[in-house]
Amino acid sequence: MGKVKLKEHIIRRDWCKGCGICVEFCPGTVLELDEMDRSVAVRLEDCICCKLCENRCPDLAIEVLTMGPDDE
Amino acid sequence: MMNENVKFFQGNETCAEAALYAGLDFFAGYPITPSSEIAEHLSHRLPQIGGKFLQMEDEIASICAIIGASLTGHKVMTATSGPGFSLMQEALGYAIMTEIPCVIVNVQRGGPSTGLPTHASQGDVCQTQWGTHGDHAIIALTASNHQDVFAMTVDAFNLAETYRTPVILLFDEVVGHMRERLILPKKGEVPLVKRLRTSVEGGVDYHPYLPREDGRLPMSDFGGVHRYNVTGLFHDMWGFPSDNPRIVQDLLHQLVDKINNNVHQIARLKEYYLEDATTILISYGSSARSALHVVENHRLRGDRLGLLELQTLWPFPYGLIREKCVNAKYIVVVEMNMGQILREVKMAVDQPEKVFLANRIDGVFITPMDIRNLLGLIQGKGV
Amino acid sequence: MPIKDYIRERYFPHLWCSGCGHGIVLGSFLRAIQQLGLSKNEIVMVSGIGCSSRITGYVDFHTLHTLHGRALAFATGVKMGLPELNIIVPMGDGDALAIGGNHFIHTARRNIDITAIVMNNRIYGMTGGQFSPLSGYGIKATTAPYFNIDHDFDVVELATAAGASFVARTTTYHEKQLTNIITKAIQHVGFSVVEVLTQCPTYFGRKNDIGSAVDMMKLYKEKTTPRGSKAKKENPDLIERGIFVQKEMPEYCNEYNKIIEKAMKGH
Repeated sequence: MGKVKLKEHIIRRDWCKGCGICVEFCPGTVLELDEMDRSVAVRLEDCICCKLCENRCPDLAIEVLTMGPDDE
Repeated sequence: MMNENVKFFQGNETCAEAALYAGLDFFAGYPITPSSEIAEHLSHRLPQIGGKFLQMEDEIASICAIIGASLTGHKVMTATSGPGFSLMQEALGYAIMTEIPCVIVNVQRGGPSTGLPTHASQGDVCQTQWGTHGDHAIIALTASNHQDVFAMTVDAFNLAETYRTPVILLFDEVVGHMRERLILPKKGEVPLVKRLRTSVEGGVDYHPYLPREDGRLPMSDFGGVHRYNVTGLFHDMWGFPSDNPRIVQDLLHQLVDKINNNVHQIARLKEYYLEDATTILISYGSSARSALHVVENHRLRGDRLGLLELQTLWPFPYGLIREKCVNAKYIVVVEMNMGQILREVKMAVDQPEKVFLANRIDGVFITPMDIRNLLGLIQGKGV
Repeated sequence: MPIKDYIRERYFPHLWCSGCGHGIVLGSFLRAIQQLGLSKNEIVMVSGIGCSSRITGYVDFHTLHTLHGRALAFATGVKMGLPELNIIVPMGDGDALAIGGNHFIHTARRNIDITAIVMNNRIYGMTGGQFSPLSGYGIKATTAPYFNIDHDFDVVELATAAGASFVARTTTYHEKQLTNIITKAIQHVGFSVVEVLTQCPTYFGRKNDIGSAVDMMKLYKEKTTPRGSKAKKENPDLIERGIFVQKEMPEYCNEYNKIIEKAMKGH
């Protein structure tokens, strides 16, 4: 299966409560908490679409969309 | 040939059969004297009609289980006695708040506490209205003989569905355990109120807690097309938690007024010789058997005695009582507790000082002789 | 069908504190439902009272938010009422095993087809941080200001002894394992217990100086090990994760149908 490509990394700022779990456990240190303590993707190019951030987000605020076959 | 509808049933057995007649198909209970026979009978009869019987780990689980089953469309009942009825209070309040139809039988025994398990009393009357916390309304019916046990049990199911509420059947050990002649109504003879289900199709917004103009609240079974929330918290018309003062006040009024504003429709009582009675006995449950005996005896001797037998205890029919007792010189409440209905009657009539209590609280069934002696004292004639 | 279709979006953001593990359990649970492809009309979620039990407000299924400790009793009635339904019962540790303990062991004993998810954060969060039966000896809580002298019991052993036919444990850190375990638990015909160690940073974490939600999840990684692992032999204090019990046992509703069959035949 080819390397999965990121289509879109969605963070619902109004749901995120700034717990920092996604920031801590992202293998690519893609995410950081901004001055409002909200999670923001600052190094999206390092995202490997592992979805750890999405799956561990207590606020269900993150959604990682990957390229499907018809998305080229 | 004996009509096969004539039975010689025990009171508890009558209640169980009446529930089946009313459409009961889910019972959960826990053994407790003096109501266990209801569970035993239904454990035998329910599976015969494809219904379900559950013996749970305690009374709390029993009432919670029937509330759960009611939500899947079943007509449900549990049966207990004093100690179990006390355990059921929180869930009773839950069924009131969530407006889920269910029937709870309390075959009363001597209380408080373990009390007198094998003796009768009527000491749970006030608990039936005020046992659970917070303002609320409740429907409670009682009966003094097996024909009425049958009628009131069927009525309990009908009222539970009509008002989407728990209904308490407040029997006692005497009626519960004695055997008596009973004529079983034929199928269809007694009208039944079916579960009112919503006609709103799937995908269309369904409000589980928005009453129709006629006050009825159509239900939607769990597993159906409408997914909604049920909670013991105050809630909006969709069933979601809300502490908005307007919503809280409106819901509390909905819960209380739907019953207390229909006192007359819910009132069930029997009258014996009231038209010209100067002394009126007010009684209910098994005590009314002795009261009736006294009235009929005195009538033979020309005494103008009457009996008003209450079958609906809650909501208490204050207006009816005042109206029926307006001309009475003496009103004597006959019950087996320390005056729990006496209090309500005193509030109902315009001259509380003419209301007296003929009671027995020693676990022994109140007899005509007991009542006659008390009447004598009240009327200044001595024993 | 992304998990967004399974939530009642209008009630988000939810009420759980920042970093609370309950949201992770909700997410994992919804991914399990997604994996199973269950219809939303066939799922009934029954919860008790407490932080974890507010989960019913957030999911778009038939939801029943009941009384503290009584969820399993209500759920038994729902399941026996309509056996085709999938019944999920998320509860807190106090909800399931303190006030609800009696119903927990008896629902397990009956082996009725219900999936119980014990969201064990070892504290009473909703009421402000009191210790629970699962807090454990020596911890601090608002009602254990010196140190807790209550010993906890092992939920897995308790559920197993009571007769549950599927028993598993994992943590919010191991969210993949959590989703897979919940999927298997729902598929299992019988009483399934899934104990999830889920962090309460606001009370348990703060009162016991464990630090943030992140620190607590790191501890879940360090302090747990797969069942029967070599690490467990070397360090018995490690908490084991995985499926402890998975066996076919007669299921209560099926057994009751045999009674109906017998009663109808003889009748």
